[in-house]
Amino acid sequence: MTAAIPDGEILVGIYRRMTRIKQNDERFRAVLKSGKLVMPYYSPRGQEVIPSAVSACLDDEDYICTIYRGVHDMIAKGIPLNDLWAEFGGRATGTCKGKGGPMHVTHPGTGVMVTTGIVGSSMPIANGLALAAQIRGEKRVSVAYFGDGASNIGAFHEALNMASVWKLPVIFVCQNNGYGEHTKYANSTAVANIAQRAASYSMPGITVDGNDPVATYLAAREAVDRARQGLGPSLIEAKTFRFHGHVFGDADAYMDKGEKDAWMAKDPVPLFRNWLIKTGLASEDQLATLEAAIELEIDEAVEFTLNSPYPDLAELHRDIYKDEVNV
Amino acid sequence: MNLPAKINTIQAINQALDDAMAADVNVIVLGEDVGDREEGGIVGVTRGLSSKYGDARVRSTPISEQAIIGAAIGAAIVGMRPVAEIMLMNFTTVAMDMIVNHAAKLRFMSGGQTHVPMVIRTMTGAGFGTGGQHADYLEAWFAHTAGIKVVAPSSPADAYGLMLSAIEDDDPVLFIENMPTYWTPGPAPERGVKIPLGKASILREGTDVTLISYSRRVLDCCAVAEKLAAEGISAEVIDLRTISPLDTETFLASVAKTGRAVIVHEAVKPFGVGAEIASLIYESLYGQLKGPVQRVGSNYAPVPFSKPLEDAHVPSLEQIEVAVRATFK
Repeated sequence: MTAAIPDGEILVGIYRRMTRIKQNDERFRAVLKSGKLVMPYYSPRGQEVIPSAVSACLDDEDYICTIYRGVHDMIAKGIPLNDLWAEFGGRATGTCKGKGGPMHVTHPGTGVMVTTGIVGSSMPIANGLALAAQIRGEKRVSVAYFGDGASNIGAFHEALNMASVWKLPVIFVCQNNGYGEHTKYANSTAVANIAQRAASYSMPGITVDGNDPVATYLAAREAVDRARQGLGPSLIEAKTFRFHGHVFGDADAYMDKGEKDAWMAKDPVPLFRNWLIKTGLASEDQLATLEAAIELEIDEAVEFTLNSPYPDLAELHRDIYKDEVNV
Repeated sequence: MNLPAKINTIQAINQALDDAMAADVNVIVLGEDVGDREEGGIVGVTRGLSSKYGDARVRSTPISEQAIIGAAIGAAIVGMRPVAEIMLMNFTTVAMDMIVNHAAKLRFMSGGQTHVPMVIRTMTGAGFGTGGQHADYLEAWFAHTAGIKVVAPSSPADAYGLMLSAIEDDDPVLFIENMPTYWTPGPAPERGVKIPLGKASILREGTDVTLISYSRRVLDCCAVAEKLAAEGISAEVIDLRTISPLDTETFLASVAKTGRAVIVHEAVKPFGVGAEIASLIYESLYGQLKGPVQRVGSNYAPVPFSKPLEDAHVPSLEQIEVAVRATFK
């Protein structure tokens, strides 16, 4: 079965998520530079398409497990910006009362069930979310986001094998941005494409241009439909590039400047924006209005965060176990 | 259905799992060989469950400890109550990331939005000549980790009642089963009666010295207490049952009464649970002690294979007795 080309509403929806990610990222970096907030920050700039296209195939009830480099996945899944920003700011009003931080955001209301700071650990847990849905006969699916580097850790292989043996409704989405921390893909990975690894676990594996919204949407649509129908897991490798190195403040000395310039010249956000206007699926006015509204929402989220209190110190003893402990 | 007057720990845990699965459809069992197609576990703890409750709820898994614990965590945070078996305690090392970084921490890191009501069953213990990678007691590692509970029963009846509580608990519980005493019969528990986590049990009352232990070595403490009674030394024996959270109240009250304490465990002595308990006793009862607190544990080395070495590796009754006498010096 091949998924149908998405209609204009879906495509504009994907753009809305993409620009929301881009605009938030730009503000996060600006606020970090200003010193108003301090946090470990992993810019998703350049990787906007992947979770935007995948999320267009998901509902609030569908689960995702993402990773510390996953703020775009969280935004695309729909976490309200006030809650997200406040968590990034370590405030009591954040999704996790400021106790998780950027690397551990959880927001069950939008299906963001786990954000892990450990490379490779999103996949085994996504299996468990999918297992619960399978046992209960629910139609919801789970997405595990991870990077190319995570496909070299044992948990990836254990999780894909188990998901395939049990036909779990899970979609493994590898965002291959060409680097695992500072190491280039080819220097750490023995296969040309991560998707090849799906063959070892008897599941469909597809490599797509992760900067092409339509191609990524179609791949995700097929994998999500397959999972919902009880046909089991899929592996999607979406090739992309990160514009700002591994972590905020990373000087990128290990990256080839020409390579980076070439990717940045085909920035997927303005490219898709222009395409939507050129094909008549959206007007300049419509997109400008949408972007301005997001900008206002971010203004409010930043304001909300900076005006929010830090968590009470009593939180040190809460949420360790169900009952408060004070050892 | 009533249980026979005496049952062993395998039967007790099997009964607890059976009762928990009958009571709550969210209870599922997963682990290597746990299904009946694979004989219901290598010693048969889960035997009969997949036939009774189906392969969806009782799942034999690949030999993939990270995937087993990960699946249990994911299912738990959306409301199921998985009982995941890690065949041997040494194999928990393969899944440490899932247990320590995830199961134990998700409640805290999510600000209480999610929690992980799962049980990890695992067996261990020296005595079967399984050597250095199949017999370690690693409870101190987990008790050192905030967010996970650690339970180690010493009898079939305790195993039953503690397992029911562990499954019902809203936090992750590591449940340590001693392999060499699996087949030792004991009085049967009353069906459906839970034993609370975090509460120690005073197995024998005494006035001169307190023996504090858990899991298999409780039996040794009882044997030594019996022997010493003949010569007029009255030993109180405390079975912790749960290592974390630790029932400090019970053992501190006992040591306040006796003025002497010996902690006995099969794990190696350095940096072990005994060190924590000894510190808590000194912090609270420094001026009231009648002698130095003593610790007895296994030799600080991997568990050896050769029988004479293995026998000498673990705490002996003589070592416990010597430790008790040392508290009178």
